[in-house]
Amino acid sequence: MVTGFPAGRRLRTRAPRLVGWPVLVGGIVVVGVVSLFLGAAPVSPAALLKGDTEAWRLLLLSRVPRLVAVLLSGAGLAVSGLILQTLLQNRFASPSTVATADGARLGFLVAVLLFPAAPAAVRVAVAAAVAMAATAGFVAAVRRLRYRSVVIVPLVGLVLGNVLSAIAEALAFHFDMVQSVSSWLTGDFSMVVQGRYEMLYLGIPLMAVALRFARRITVAGFGGDTAHALGLDYTRVLSAAVLIVSGITALVVVVGGQLPFVGLVVPNLVALIAGDNLRVTLLPTALAGAFFVLIADVVGRVVIFPYEIPIGLTIGVIGSAAFLVTMSRRSTHVAGA
Amino acid sequence: MIEITHLHKRYGSQPVLRDVTARVVPGTVTALIGANGSGKSTLLSAVGRLIPFEAGRIDIAGTGVHDWHHRELARMLSILRQAPRLDLRLTVEEVVEFGRFPHNEGPPTDEDRAAIEDALGLMSLREIRDRSIHELSGGQRQRAFIAMVIAQETRYVLLDEPLNNLDMKYAGRVMAVLTTLAHRRGRAVVVVLHDINMAAAYADTVVALRDGEVVHVGSVEDTMTETVLERVYGVPFPVVRVGERPFCVYHTHPASRAPEQAPEQAPEQAPEQAPERAPETTPPDHR
Ligand SMILES: Nc1ncnc2c1ncn2[C@@H]1O[C@H](COP(=O)(O)OP(=O)(O)OP(=O)(O)O)[C@@H](O)[C@H]1O
Ligand SMILES: [Mg+2]
Repeated sequence: MVTGFPAGRRLRTRAPRLVGWPVLVGGIVVVGVVSLFLGAAPVSPAALLKGDTEAWRLLLLSRVPRLVAVLLSGAGLAVSGLILQTLLQNRFASPSTVATADGARLGFLVAVLLFPAAPAAVRVAVAAAVAMAATAGFVAAVRRLRYRSVVIVPLVGLVLGNVLSAIAEALAFHFDMVQSVSSWLTGDFSMVVQGRYEMLYLGIPLMAVALRFARRITVAGFGGDTAHALGLDYTRVLSAAVLIVSGITALVVVVGGQLPFVGLVVPNLVALIAGDNLRVTLLPTALAGAFFVLIADVVGRVVIFPYEIPIGLTIGVIGSAAFLVTMSRRSTHVAGA
Repeated sequence: MIEITHLHKRYGSQPVLRDVTARVVPGTVTALIGANGSGKSTLLSAVGRLIPFEAGRIDIAGTGVHDWHHRELARMLSILRQAPRLDLRLTVEEVVEFGRFPHNEGPPTDEDRAAIEDALGLMSLREIRDRSIHELSGGQRQRAFIAMVIAQETRYVLLDEPLNNLDMKYAGRVMAVLTTLAHRRGRAVVVVLHDINMAAAYADTVVALRDGEVVHVGSVEDTMTETVLERVYGVPFPVVRVGERPFCVYHTHPASRAPEQAPEQAPEQAPEQAPERAPETTPPDHR
């Protein structure tokens, strides 16, 4: 395949701004509103208009928190994936392929086992700390690699991720909690209600910092030497990025569980149209990630209504299809990268 | 001024730069020449503080290269690496815009815009400014990277083989632009060149490396002699004069022939020999 860039002759920076934004924002609004009225217990616009307190209670207690959690998780993971892919100069990098998510899960588990009574903030903090250590270790290992091919980066991530998972499993086995741990494996938003998701709002300032760093992260993506020649404090940007990515991933893992593919597929899809300049693509990537997870969530709630499929599964199906499409469309780039 | 004094650099146990002392003066174009592997890129990278070195000093405008704040230095000195690679899909304009990064991390100001337009114009990139650099030809991409360095507007400009992939017209254009930068705007330009005639036509000073040592520093007239070229390249390439200018006729020199080929042999014989040689690689069964 000769065309690695379906955007064609002109990789416009203006076009996606004009075409992409209304589609993404409109899509999120429409599907988001639909999702508010979706569920076993009926909440109808008519009931809300009539001032039905039960309907309002359900909406505010469960439906809105779930929608917010879904949107923030999707946006956060997509942004994290974008940052990792740019910094590591590798299209296969993402929180779930680079051991960040595995680290967060291990940290979460440790927190739950060691401090069962601690508030959720402690769980997030421990999850973020372990995720950070895992990501930093990974980045350091990859930077030390002499031969850094396209596949070796996710391969190292896979190995490290598996080690962390194995530790988590051993811990779970030891504490006789294998059942509950495996249920955390798949992402699930059905338990998200008021009081159990608000930490995710922390993802917004983290993403804002990422936006502020957008140009610097892109320069870091030029590679160490060019970045140095342009006067970038490479190590500082790398550290900031690891902090942002680990923080966001930990928040998502603690609230919603593991959501594969989002951080991998969404940045690739957006980059296909809008290129790799983070100043241009970061916000669309966040929106696309939110939209992507929202769709997966709604699909999971509709398919076997009134029951639901855990979002981890629907994302797996939609995500792997999208992944194959992106990868086949940019085969030349992957081969040449 | 760039001052390099007694610089030593080794990779493992192999010395790559040996006691290099040289200086580069603003307002001039310095051509850095030498055979493959003689240490030109290493020297340029050391000056651009991209690699460390064991001994010696490099001073940029009176301050040691590693004493500069990296951002300040990036406003002062730019470097184009040999065969730059870029995995990011950016448009030509975006790439050039990143040349302004040392001056301004935010959205481009009017000053940035002017520098970007200037650089795009000098490298004739205006018509392809919106194209992704991944869909450009090798020469177009090289021009985009040169434009990025030009947009950086630094007093010291280091370019490692900037003429790679360029056609005759653009090779001349790049050299002319570099000369203008040096002579009109007082920049110090250091450019690694393989085509000695390009150096002869545009450089003010020529510095030659051989096996990591400076073996010659001089003007074009000093450099373009068979004696000096032999000292630098190990081959006494003949120098003729075309009009006023010295011109090196290296293109058809016997030294450029393939070593395994005897000079008298016609190239047509080579394919015929191939089948005869092939059995030699299989183990002889009469042993
Ligand atoms: N990263 C490295 N590790 C080990 N040795 C290196 C490294 N980079 C360069 N060298 C060696 O240092 C010597 C000088 O290399 P350098 O790239 O400076 O040569 P050059 O003059 O730029 O050659 P060319 O004209 O081919 O670009 C060579 O012998 C090379 O093999
Ligand atoms: Mg070189």
